[in-house]
Amino acid sequence: MAVIRDMMPAFELFQPASIDEALALLEKHGRAAWTMAGGLDTFDWLKDRTKRTGVVVDLSQIAELRGIKEVDGGVEIGSGTSLTTVATHPVVRAKFGVLAEAASLVASPQIRHQGTLGGNVSQDARCWYYRSGWSCYRAGGNICYADTPTAVNREHAILEQDRCVAVSPSDTAPALIALDAQMVVRSASGERLIPAEEYFVGPAIEITRMTVLRPGELLTAIRIPATFAGAQFYFEKVRDRNVWDFALVNVAAALQVSGTTIRQARVAVGAVAARPLRLTAVEAAVTGQPRTEATAEQAGQVAVQGAVALRHNAYKIPLMRNLVKRAIRGNGQTATT
Amino acid sequence: MNFLTWGRNPWGQQVLTHISWDLLWAALFAGLMFLVAHASYMILSAHRKSKAADIDALEKANADLPEMIERHSFMARMFHWVMAAAMLTLLFTAFLPIAGVKFAWVRYHWIAGLVLTGAIIYHIIHASFFMDFWSIWIGPKDIPEFKAELAREMGNDVPGPKSAKYPLGNRLYHLGILVVGLTAAITGMTMMSRVRQPLFTRNPYILADGTWGITYVLHGVMGVALVGMVIAHIYFALRPEKWWVTKAMIFGAITRRQFLEHHDPKRWNVRQKGA
Repeated sequence: MAVIRDMMPAFELFQPASIDEALALLEKHGRAAWTMAGGLDTFDWLKDRTKRTGVVVDLSQIAELRGIKEVDGGVEIGSGTSLTTVATHPVVRAKFGVLAEAASLVASPQIRHQGTLGGNVSQDARCWYYRSGWSCYRAGGNICYADTPTAVNREHAILEQDRCVAVSPSDTAPALIALDAQMVVRSASGERLIPAEEYFVGPAIEITRMTVLRPGELLTAIRIPATFAGAQFYFEKVRDRNVWDFALVNVAAALQVSGTTIRQARVAVGAVAARPLRLTAVEAAVTGQPRTEATAEQAGQVAVQGAVALRHNAYKIPLMRNLVKRAIRGNGQTATT
Repeated sequence: MNFLTWGRNPWGQQVLTHISWDLLWAALFAGLMFLVAHASYMILSAHRKSKAADIDALEKANADLPEMIERHSFMARMFHWVMAAAMLTLLFTAFLPIAGVKFAWVRYHWIAGLVLTGAIIYHIIHASFFMDFWSIWIGPKDIPEFKAELAREMGNDVPGPKSAKYPLGNRLYHLGILVVGLTAAITGMTMMSRVRQPLFTRNPYILADGTWGITYVLHGVMGVALVGMVIAHIYFALRPEKWWVTKAMIFGAITRRQFLEHHDPKRWNVRQKGA
């Protein structure tokens, strides 16, 4: 690992008070601008000296980016809203428990106070080879050190391995995909709405980025429609240390069930690929089926089709299979861990 | 503008990673500038054109030649078009993502690379054993033709040898594409050991970091060189005075008149079987 130094490297710090001011700064500085929300990802990079920037745009002073409001039966969550607020908000807990559950399982209480929903879904990969500052594919080089015969890759990808095998570290991302959320992205030239599952990008398409955010763009809010309000949810995160850790695999599911029949389902998993994956094959397999052990078993099998283990992460395949199985089977609670 | 990009390996060494992709824009610019310069020259300056009466006389003197003369066999044409499709696929899959058109390009790229490599291997065997192998190469014997061609291009009416089966420009281009294409193919096949594919076990450690850097740089340099070369090739194929060559690559044959206008019957003896 890189040596963490106490002193921050020099950069020009901007603390805009409004979204418009932030967008103007991002437009002015383009690729040179580093957008910072809670700073939990940013400070690692900067203090490690593995990435450098001359301009930091700190979003923490923008009140417009914070807060949760009800909109047409759904909610709109400002991207700067803390994970603690998301996890404890009564409307989110009542209607979209899967997101509250996911947010409550991110890292530690201190980090959830400081970390934002926007930052959690936009954070960079946690691969230690990448974070050590070596020139791997994700850093613009020509090799994946995590995918070599001698690599330590217990936490890495089992799906969509395309040169880079880092995984998406976000817990809230699968929940947002399961809820069919929309990401509100603004730039000086306007606003675009991106479905949550399309917000994240894999290495096959874009190997040096985790999201489709372009220079000059800002994730301002996340809209969750009423579609799955009050549905049957499931969230589970498996990690090495239950006190605080990134997921080895996490799963989020939103199911509309009539009697025992699954009418509609959205299922997503995290930490198995470089982007959170919506499991459309699983959704197709379970829709219209009774919510039984057999259906859940089948869903688990479908989920891991095409999974390929690296040297040390074969355990992730049965882990993902079982988590998807449990998500479809459910346990009678709104959400669980 | 930096020509090369460097990185750091786990041993703290500076290693080459690849070329600067700014070179893509440089190659595109160079290719397009060549196109504009040549087209302007062809419009603005005098250049040779054989007199119809001279060709009529040649036709009369060579009436024993068949009306249509095969320039490229079916298999040679197949190779050319398969190679062209593979080459274009390789260039588009390599450079569109750099230009901002994002898609999952790696699989298409290496499949096209395999097709190109297979086509090259076929061509080497075909040209070595079933074609007039030496007809495409250049050497000191071509200097008089080079001088005559240059003088004609400058608008002078000079005697001197016409081309054999392949015009000098054609042979020079072949030599260039041979060096550039073979280097790109060999480095590309080596780089396949770094991506997941069904043909052989992935092993990114078959070369040392420094050697990998050189491999990536060579592949990149050849790739951007091919951008300029392909632009020039397509440009010449589309020029009206070269259509007869392009049509021959599609249909295989040229007319007796085209043969006599552009080729030296003594240097390309079509009366001899296998020429």
